[in-house]
Amino acid sequence: MSGTFLGMPTLPVFGHGNLNATEPFPTAARSELANPQLRANLGHATHTIRDKRLRVVAELPDWEELRDAGSAIKENVMANLPALLEQFEANFTARGGVIHWARDAGEANAIVTDLIRATGETEVVKVKSMATQEIGLNEHLEEQGIAAFETDLAELIVQLDHDKPSHILVPAIHKNRSQVREIFLREMPVVDPELTDEPAKLAEAARKHLRAKFLSAKVAVSGANFGLADSGTLAVVESEGNGRMCLTLPETLITVMGIEKLLPSWADLEVFMQLLPRSSTGERMNPYTSVWTGVTPGDGPQNVHLVLLDNGRSAALADEMGRSALHCIRCSACMNVCPVYERTGGHAYGSTYPGPIGAILSPLLTGIKSEENNSLPYASSLCGACYDACPVKINIPEILVHLRAEDVDSKRSATKVPTQMDLMMKGASWAFSSGRNLGLLEKGLPLGKLAAGKKRKITKLPGIVAGWTQSRDIPAPPSQSFRQWWAKEHQEANHDGGTSTNPAATKGDA
Amino acid sequence: MSARADILERIASALRDHPAVEPVPRAYRSAGTLDRAALVEQLVDRLVDYKANVFVVAAADAPAQLATLLAGVSSYVVPHGLDEGLLAAVDGPVREVDSPERRLDVAGLDAVDAVVTGAAVAVSETGTIMLDGSDDQGRRIISLVPDRHICLLRASDIVQILPEAIARLDATRPQTWISGPSATSDIELERVEGVHGPRTLDVLILT
Repeated sequence: MSGTFLGMPTLPVFGHGNLNATEPFPTAARSELANPQLRANLGHATHTIRDKRLRVVAELPDWEELRDAGSAIKENVMANLPALLEQFEANFTARGGVIHWARDAGEANAIVTDLIRATGETEVVKVKSMATQEIGLNEHLEEQGIAAFETDLAELIVQLDHDKPSHILVPAIHKNRSQVREIFLREMPVVDPELTDEPAKLAEAARKHLRAKFLSAKVAVSGANFGLADSGTLAVVESEGNGRMCLTLPETLITVMGIEKLLPSWADLEVFMQLLPRSSTGERMNPYTSVWTGVTPGDGPQNVHLVLLDNGRSAALADEMGRSALHCIRCSACMNVCPVYERTGGHAYGSTYPGPIGAILSPLLTGIKSEENNSLPYASSLCGACYDACPVKINIPEILVHLRAEDVDSKRSATKVPTQMDLMMKGASWAFSSGRNLGLLEKGLPLGKLAAGKKRKITKLPGIVAGWTQSRDIPAPPSQSFRQWWAKEHQEANHDGGTSTNPAATKGDA
Repeated sequence: MSARADILERIASALRDHPAVEPVPRAYRSAGTLDRAALVEQLVDRLVDYKANVFVVAAADAPAQLATLLAGVSSYVVPHGLDEGLLAAVDGPVREVDSPERRLDVAGLDAVDAVVTGAAVAVSETGTIMLDGSDDQGRRIISLVPDRHICLLRASDIVQILPEAIARLDATRPQTWISGPSATSDIELERVEGVHGPRTLDVLILT
C-alpha cells in the first residue's frame, strides 16, 4: 500500500468509545454550573496555570517561530501520513518492537487484552494516556478480569474516587486538596490516618501506595506523546516518575498511540519539546521525558508492543476544514484559557477531550450526528483565546464555525418540512435582498416598541428564538430605523440647499 | 482486508485532495549565544529552581565532593563505565556495580540508598540533563529506583538550547531527560517535589 490513493473514495469511518457528549452541552453545563465548589476549584487552577504559561512563554525570544515550525511540521505529517506510518513501522519493527493496527476502539481493546492474556498476568500498571481513555481500555479490561492501575497522581485520585477525568493534563483539576485527602483516607487500603491536605504529604501517600505495585509489575500500558518516523522512536513526557517506572521496570510494555502522533524526524522533537512543556504545565521542561526505540537488550522491557489507533482519525483527516484538529499535541493550553471551560469544567463536554479542542475533536472523530456531539461546537463564544494559546496554531474558532455549519446542514437534509430556522432564514434572505424589502419591514418597528411595553424591553421571545431571551432582555426597538432617519435628514438637508448639519452627508468629507 | 491495509486506505482516501504543504519554516534559534561560564550559571539557576542540589567544582575536586555527598549513605550503585577515579575518596558505603555481566535486580536496587551516574548532555535554558544509557550512565533502571540520584556533568557537555542537545543525541539510544527531582502539579497545580522517581537530585558540575 503506497501513499497514493488509487481506489474508489471510501466514506469516512468514524470512531467509537468515550468520545461523546451524552446530553446536550447546555444541559450538562447547567448542572455543572450549579456546583460552586467546582467553579472555585477550576477558577483557581486555570488562572494559576495561565499565569505560569505566560511567564515561561515570554522567556523565549523565538516562541512564534517555534509555533510556526510546529504547525508546519504537523501539516506535513498529515499530508504524508501513509508514508510516515510505514516508515515508522519499519524502523520500530527492525529494533525488535511489534506493531499492531486497530481500526477502532473495540479492536484496540481486544488487541491489548490478548497481549496481556499472553503474559498470564491479571494486573497491569498504566501511565496516563488519552488514547486509552478514549477507547475505554480500563473499563474493558475490568470486564475481562484484568485490573488496570492508574499511576499518575491525578488519574489515581480520579480512579480511587470512581470519578471521571475532567481535564486532559490535570484530570483531577476539579478536586481541591481537602477533597483529595478525603478520597485517600477513604479509598487507600493502607494510609496514615493523620494525613494532612498538604500537597507534598498527599504526593508521599501516593508514592507509598504505588511503590510495591511498580516494583512487582510485569506488564505496563502507556500512551505516547510523539512517535518519530525516521528512527521508530517513541517519547513520553511526565512529571512524577510513574511513567519511567512503567516504561522501564515491567517485562512487557504495550503502548497505544493515535496514528496522528507521528513526527517525521528526531530533529523535529527540538520544536515540540520546547512547545509542549511550556504550554501544558507552564514549566521550562517537564521533570522527566522517556525515549525508547523498540527493544534495548538488557535495558527496560524486552517485550515491546505498539498499537496504532485510527478510531475516527482518518475520518477527521478527510474533513479538509477540520483536519488540522489532528495537529493537537494534548497540551491543554486551550482549556486553561477558555472562558467556557473555566466555568463549566470538563465533565460538561462528556467526551474524553473537553474544552475548545474537545469541542472540535470529538465531533470530528465521531461524526457530527453522534449522540449529542453536535451541541459541542456551540460551547464557545468564539473569542479566539484558544487559537492564541495553541502551540501548533490550530484555528479552533474557524473549525467550530465550520462544524456548526455542518450541524445545520445535517439537520436540513434530514427534514423535508421547513423548520422554524429555515423560515427565519428565508425571511431574512427576502428582507436583506433589497432596500425596498427592508424598508417595508422597518415600517413595523413601532409594533416592536409596542410589544416591549412600559418596561421598554422584550423579555420573552417565542419559538426557537426563545433561547435568545433565556438569559438576556432585548431593549425596546427605536421608533424609526437608521435608514428612515437618514432619508428624513437627507431630504431636509436638500431643502436647506446643501448646508447639511450631518457631516457624513457632505461629499468628500472623510 | 487487514486492519493495516484498511487504515492506510482510509487515510489515502482522506487525502485524495492532495493537500498542498509549505516547507517547514525553521526560523527558531538553532544555537545558543552564552559562553561556558554563563551556561553553567544558567543551568545552576534552573536546577535550583527545580529544587535540585547543585555543586560546581573543579574536576580535580570531584572525588572529595562525592565523598562528602556519600558520607551518610550505607550503599550506592554505579554503572560499570563510571570512572573509578571519581570514587577514589568514597570510603564507607557499600558500592554496587551494575554491569552487563552482573545486572542488579529491582529488589537489589530498591535496597541501595543512592545512584551515581554520568550524563550525556545538558540544556541550560531548561535545566535539563539527558542520560542516554552510555556505559557511565547505565541502564535506565539504576537511575530510577534508588531514592537519590547523584549526577556528574562535565561543564563541556552543557549546551544552551534544546536543538543543540538533540543534535548531539542518538534517537535510538534509550534516553531519560531529567529536569529536577520527581515532582507533581496535580493538586491545585501547585508543584511539589518528590513522588515516584528519585526524591533527591544532586548535580555535580565539573568545570
